[in-house]
Amino acid sequence: MQQVFTKAMARNIFLGGSVFFLALYVALSIDTWHRIPDRDHADKLTPAVLQGKYIFDSNNCIGCHTVNGEGAYFAPELGNVYKRRGPAFIKAWIQAQPTGIPGRRQMPNFHLTQTQLDDLVLYLQWLSNIDTNNWPPNIQG
Amino acid sequence: MKYQSQKVAKPYFIGALTLFFGQIVFGLIAGFQYLDGSFLFPALPFDVVRMSHTNLLIVWLLMSFMGAAYYIVPEEAQTELYSPRLALITFWVFLTAAGLTILSYLFIPYAHLAALTGNAALPTMGRGYLEQPLPTKVGIVLVALSLLFNVTMTLIKGRKTTINWILVGSLWGLALLFLPAFYFPEDTVKASFAWWWVVHGWVEGDWELILGALLGFILIKMTGVDREIVEKWLYIIVAMTLISGIIGIGHHYYYTGAPSYWIWLGSIFSILEPIPFMLLIAFSFKMLMQRRREHPNKAAMLWALGTPIMAFLGAGVWGLMITLAPAQYYLHGTNFTAAHGHLAFFGAYVMISLSIISYAMPLLRGRLANSATAQRWEITGFWVMVLSMLVIALALTGAGIVTVILQRAADHPMSFMQVEGKARVFFWVREAAGLSFFAGLLIYLRSFFITGDYEYASEMKQALAR
Repeated sequence: MQQVFTKAMARNIFLGGSVFFLALYVALSIDTWHRIPDRDHADKLTPAVLQGKYIFDSNNCIGCHTVNGEGAYFAPELGNVYKRRGPAFIKAWIQAQPTGIPGRRQMPNFHLTQTQLDDLVLYLQWLSNIDTNNWPPNIQG
Repeated sequence: MKYQSQKVAKPYFIGALTLFFGQIVFGLIAGFQYLDGSFLFPALPFDVVRMSHTNLLIVWLLMSFMGAAYYIVPEEAQTELYSPRLALITFWVFLTAAGLTILSYLFIPYAHLAALTGNAALPTMGRGYLEQPLPTKVGIVLVALSLLFNVTMTLIKGRKTTINWILVGSLWGLALLFLPAFYFPEDTVKASFAWWWVVHGWVEGDWELILGALLGFILIKMTGVDREIVEKWLYIIVAMTLISGIIGIGHHYYYTGAPSYWIWLGSIFSILEPIPFMLLIAFSFKMLMQRRREHPNKAAMLWALGTPIMAFLGAGVWGLMITLAPAQYYLHGTNFTAAHGHLAFFGAYVMISLSIISYAMPLLRGRLANSATAQRWEITGFWVMVLSMLVIALALTGAGIVTVILQRAADHPMSFMQVEGKARVFFWVREAAGLSFFAGLLIYLRSFFITGDYEYASEMKQALAR
């Protein structure tokens, strides 16, 4: 048994297998890269949307929320929040934070300007139109 | 310990355990904020606490991997470390940078920190685990380069063993896989796709190789089993890791905007992902059976055997439950994922770190094994931490199932916050288990302060008396 399957053979499976699947992954990723712009409407990534995305990231929104299921599980999903709540509610909600209700989970006030709020909502709108293979199962996220 | 320069591992291990302590404190605060949302608000909002918890985890694991490398590479290469001085300087740079980063999280609002550190010029912040400001990310690269230079030069001038090849190779992989942290596409779907290169690449790929190398080293040393046998096993294990894990990354791409073919690719390869963990269990127990010596460090042996079992449970079993596309449709982004995250990180990477620390620290302190009393404390700490983490994982699993029933798969789905209210009992259990984990950690840390050598004669007498 020891002689039938040697260490050199095991090493070759490791090296060969890794290289093969890495090459396959790179090929698939290149294909994915070309398909993503269609699936997420990358043509609609206007400067205002990108500004909104910068506000979103630099305030660490995924430190509590999720976007398409990724992030933290302390606060609601934001990938579809635009469809769930609509722009007016979202802006009013962000401005009304923190609620200060004892015991309730608190969201900080980020002191956003009206323009920043508009941009942020445009980004949330863009997020809500990504083709995510019908996820989440319903509007509650 | 055969080479003087291996001593540089000691500050790394002590630093790692100090940061581990900090990580758990933040974990307890975050867990309590699930029960009382206004706890410590606005001083410490949840996102700050969570990011301190996860970033400390990553830093202390990296620190223990580095300590392990500085300990193992010279011994395997049968030569002194290329530059112990550089390793020591690197340690202080790393510890200072990590400390300053956590302090900046705690005292500077995130958006201000981003503005202060040039995030606008090269945006990298605001992604899970990669929240660090740009200077910290650059610092991580510099620390990694220093490590790579040092261990690679040591490898080159000394004996080349399979363990060293896999260990040094996977440290190179670790550094290379961090580079996508500097690449943050404006397209969120692409950004998520690329984020997994770092996160999946580390925890479901490269770090498993590090785990394998560390476990292989410990088992060779402790059981005296022939190196050839250990190394053949290692190659098979790491081969299965990458064969299943590289395309297995597809299980992160189902519902984040990537093309649908990942649903098939990810599901098929994810089924294979528990295999390397099963092999790790078989490997470590087979080595135990074939052992040629009784090593007095029972605590280290317990960690080394516990690691593959807990890694299999957390990464293998809990991982598999959420990686198949139809299940993930309902479980994605729930506390079920958090359960898997906790159990897998603990079972695989925390436990392998504590294994190598348990094996090496007595040697670094000039003895083959700690006194029986110290080992009893350590073993008690092992059980309390392991069992507490299992309860944490079960509680989070319960919370995740509540979300599935009331929100994801319900005819009349409740809102997120309503569901969180219904899952409250599970958050209580999680927090209680967290406190018990903390107690286990204190017991474990206590064992380091009980001095004295392992005494064969007195142990023998006691054993005979029983």
